[in-house]
Amino acid sequence: MSDNTTFMQADGVESLIDVMAGKIWTLINDKEIADPLMVGIRTGGVWLAERLHQELGLRDPLGTLDISFYRDDFTRIGMNPEVHPSDLPIPVDDRHIILVDDVLHTGRTIRAALNEIFDYGRPASITLATLVDRSGRELPIQPDVTGLHPSLDPDQHITLIGPEPLGLILGAKTNRTSRGDEQDRDA
Amino acid sequence: MSLSNKALQLDDEQRLLHFLTIDGLDRSILTEILDTAEGFTGVSERTIKKVPLCRGKVVANLFFENSTRTRTTFELAAKRLSADVLNLNISASATSKGETLLDTLRNLEAMHVDMFIVRHATSGAAHFIAQHADPGVGVINAGDGRHAHPTQAMLDMFTIRRHKGEFVGLRVAIVGDILHSRVARSQILALNTLGVSEVRVVAPQTLLPSDARSLGVHVYHDFDEGIRDVDVIIMLRLQKERMRGAMLPSEHEYFSLYGLTERRLALAKPDAIVMHPGPINRGVEMDSKVADGSKSVILQQVSYGIAIRMAIISMVIGTQNQRTQEVAV
Repeated sequence: MSDNTTFMQADGVESLIDVMAGKIWTLINDKEIADPLMVGIRTGGVWLAERLHQELGLRDPLGTLDISFYRDDFTRIGMNPEVHPSDLPIPVDDRHIILVDDVLHTGRTIRAALNEIFDYGRPASITLATLVDRSGRELPIQPDVTGLHPSLDPDQHITLIGPEPLGLILGAKTNRTSRGDEQDRDA
Repeated sequence: MSLSNKALQLDDEQRLLHFLTIDGLDRSILTEILDTAEGFTGVSERTIKKVPLCRGKVVANLFFENSTRTRTTFELAAKRLSADVLNLNISASATSKGETLLDTLRNLEAMHVDMFIVRHATSGAAHFIAQHADPGVGVINAGDGRHAHPTQAMLDMFTIRRHKGEFVGLRVAIVGDILHSRVARSQILALNTLGVSEVRVVAPQTLLPSDARSLGVHVYHDFDEGIRDVDVIIMLRLQKERMRGAMLPSEHEYFSLYGLTERRLALAKPDAIVMHPGPINRGVEMDSKVADGSKSVILQQVSYGIAIRMAIISMVIGTQNQRTQEVAV
């Protein structure tokens, strides 16, 4: 948790979000998606999704996912002590979903989120938008829309802080092996 | 007692290894259970009412005493966590405790059961099993004798928090057969740990334990006095099967003195809620109009029981998983 340095400040992050909103707009027009449903992954993905949702002026309320019950490391690290309910207020059946997260790293969080969404129903499609697309993928998952591709060492850890103001910080990688540590949210 | 309860139930990082009694658990762990349960409440409303958290785990419901509601909600909770469930109804009269209990335990461990959910007529049965279970095997107490029923207490706390938001400032009355009630003991401990302003017990002298006041409660014999201005009324079931001799004059007389009627309910706060662990003896502990009335949250307690048990099962299995890995390393 120590030795964190600022990677990008609020104005930089906000302009990346503007760029992402534009790319999402183009993408859904190209795909002729009229009315997408946006879902953010807790915690950073929700902060990001709230802004994108507003910029795009989406009609349906924002959904939120807490993937704690779908993590693949439960048998190793046990229950996340800070679980929140997932909230998908609109049925996902036959809907085009834009799934939003802050950092795409190993791909394991997105795998968990996809599994959870399918327990709510059968969407027509899922598009993935992440603020940061960093190296270190362990699963065949790629973003459709992204804000930034930083070049990072494997032991470097990039985190979105927020909700107000947003910022990206860089620190040594933390493994959530004990309850005092930050949850490893880049999975 | 409380130190050993703490040591048996929590690991070095204050995570649940077993869930046997509220005694020895502090406010932060009780709050963590309630918060985790909050996360599970939505699962029951989804298309697929399951999460994959405990996939591949085997949970054994070891019931030496009859139960419908508790066993069923434990079974449903384990299944919603994707665990496999074994239901074993073992007649207590056929076993001679101690050795037989251990034999049962060893046999089930040989089948690689990961968790025992235990109900037994003898106080301390779940503790006994927890002390003898292999590392990696968690134990949950689903009611032992007159001692404790901690998951019932936690689902009651969850129900109260969902309706009242905070515990601080609340006045709670527990009414009825305190003497025979393991539920009441666990509730009193939980309410005081979570910091309610006042816990009242309302009962005739014959249905109060002799040490009632040492539990940290205000004792009332007059129901009308005891219910006045309370936020929460918890009615207890009259445990006729546990009573011997003339503890009660008659059910009719009990109802007239300690039955919850609409008239009495009007003495509580206007937004008071009415709870009961079930099954209700209608016309004995409460009038049907109250049981089915707008202030009754009795059926919500049953639904919340699933979320609370999902939380406790997954927290215990999560900690025990880690324990086996540490042993393996």
